[in-house]
Amino acid sequence: MKASYGLYPDGQAAQQAVNRLRAAGFADREITVLSPQPMEDYEFGRRDKATWMWWIACGGGLVGMATAFGLTWLTETSWPIDVGGLPTFAWWPNLIIIFELTMLGAIVATGATLVVTARLGRPSALYDPEVSDGKILVGIEHPPDGAIPELETALGAVREALVKTI
Amino acid sequence: MNSSRVQIDQRINSDLLRPLMQTSWRFYLLVAVFGGIVATAFVGWMSQVTRGFGITGIRWPVYWGFYVTSFVFWIGISHAGTLISAILRLVNAGWRRPVTRCAEVITVFALMIGAMFPIIHLGRPWLAFWLFPYPSERMIWPNFRSPLVWDFFAINTYLTGSVLFLVLPMIPDFAVVRDKSAGLRHRIYRVLALGWRGTPKQWHRLETAMQIMAIAIIPVAVSVHTIVSFDFSMAPVPMWQSTIFGPYFVAGAIFSGIAALLIAMAVLRRFLHLEAYLHPVHFQNLGKLLLMMALLWGYFVFNERLVTYYGNKPAEMAIFWRTQRESFAPLYWTMVTCNFVLPLVLMGIRRFRTITGCVIASFGVVIGMWLERFLIIVPSLGHKYLPYSFGIYRPQPVEILIAGATFAAMTLLYVLFAKVVPIISIWELKAGEHVPSTLIPPATQEHPLGELHL
Repeated sequence: MKASYGLYPDGQAAQQAVNRLRAAGFADREITVLSPQPMEDYEFGRRDKATWMWWIACGGGLVGMATAFGLTWLTETSWPIDVGGLPTFAWWPNLIIIFELTMLGAIVATGATLVVTARLGRPSALYDPEVSDGKILVGIEHPPDGAIPELETALGAVREALVKTI
Repeated sequence: MNSSRVQIDQRINSDLLRPLMQTSWRFYLLVAVFGGIVATAFVGWMSQVTRGFGITGIRWPVYWGFYVTSFVFWIGISHAGTLISAILRLVNAGWRRPVTRCAEVITVFALMIGAMFPIIHLGRPWLAFWLFPYPSERMIWPNFRSPLVWDFFAINTYLTGSVLFLVLPMIPDFAVVRDKSAGLRHRIYRVLALGWRGTPKQWHRLETAMQIMAIAIIPVAVSVHTIVSFDFSMAPVPMWQSTIFGPYFVAGAIFSGIAALLIAMAVLRRFLHLEAYLHPVHFQNLGKLLLMMALLWGYFVFNERLVTYYGNKPAEMAIFWRTQRESFAPLYWTMVTCNFVLPLVLMGIRRFRTITGCVIASFGVVIGMWLERFLIIVPSLGHKYLPYSFGIYRPQPVEILIAGATFAAMTLLYVLFAKVVPIISIWELKAGEHVPSTLIPPATQEHPLGELHL
């Protein structure tokens, strides 16, 4: 068996299913919840909230800043032309390039972090198209054979549950 | 309550996926008409490339005509989307949900169209790569002190950020299309959805990413049009060397952007039957924003004119009178009417702040802002400090065709986009529909949606 899961019509029912799975001995990391929109009003919707994304964006910004500084420094000093005694490396105009590439670094780092940390591009067996219609899926992937009856009981004990197995 | 929740989601899916799943004759007609105009303009451009720049009206001393006017105009229009969407996201305005994607799309397409103009403006467009910062064989790099190189960096940063800002929240919607379609369409959207499932982790990462990008994109948007204004204010040309050009351009850009957004929303509402999602209150709120920007624009114009008048420099006063009383006066006063009088009347008087009123005012602002860009560029270039550099500019058919066709290009891109992507963010709309009732203040006369304080 690849997975067993229940489909629930609202967050309250999904939360009850999650609580019953916990009571049946399943750890949080084993329980999968899929919803059609963010559901932070429920405890299950607040899982996995901690992220380094802000720091990674700052790091991306620093990389962009260093790149811009290096690019302007390298290009202006590699062909130094004296124009009326003006400085070869001019800070004011270079600050514009440095600003733009700093922000570009932060933006690209954020996009890349999303793809990696949200595990995009890595398909999983546990999914049901009914999630797109508003149902909330709560299930367990690759459950141990001995735990299947208890799992199906826990998932089906909640009102309006639709339990499926794949 | 429970079944109604699923029913609401199904209704939203059905309404917003209808334009993707069903194709009417209107779609083909629009694509044919606007595609035809764009193709004609392309032929005109090819004619300019083969016959030379002499077929345009761009010649000494007015080297910047319709093309640079259109460049500045479209970069300005691009401020509709990402900037407005980012601000509304950060303040968590509930009414933003049906509006943001309509707006973000304008940004991406307007930037793409605007960025084409420096290439169209090149006599030898195949040498456009000379604009890129790379070392030539003598290790000579582009001059980083040139505002044109700043443009390259600013526009590309804004375009990259805007594309990501648009595309990332589309991933959950691609998953909805994937689940609701079959055959080839299913396979295409399965790839686009990147395996999206909707785990709490994915939702948190997406929302955090959107917050970070909203914070990053606002200063970038402001910097882009400030840098476009530097193309002018760094040059020793009368009426250009001004310290207010940065904020003046940014204000004008947001102003024209909101107008473009209002027009796009009204057209989408009408033709895609989105009356249930784009309410009159959305137009009223954006109409108030348009009114505020009209007042701000009026302030900047007054400031620019007053300072020039008190400075009383002969070269600047010549341009001052050329635009207000002489050859450019009809265009100048049309601009003032379109950008200030019309929005002030239509958006200032509550009775006129309807969808029709918003659309009329917005068309006025789009025309007025194009004229504003033209009146900044041409009168000053045609009347610099010494008589040897005086001249006139007469736009030629090829310029008029290409500048006009960009509006058709924008419409064509928008129509095609609305055909392949839900034009309103499905998951954000669902999140707005399922807000706990304790968080929703009751609807009032002033706030008909009742969720404006979220």
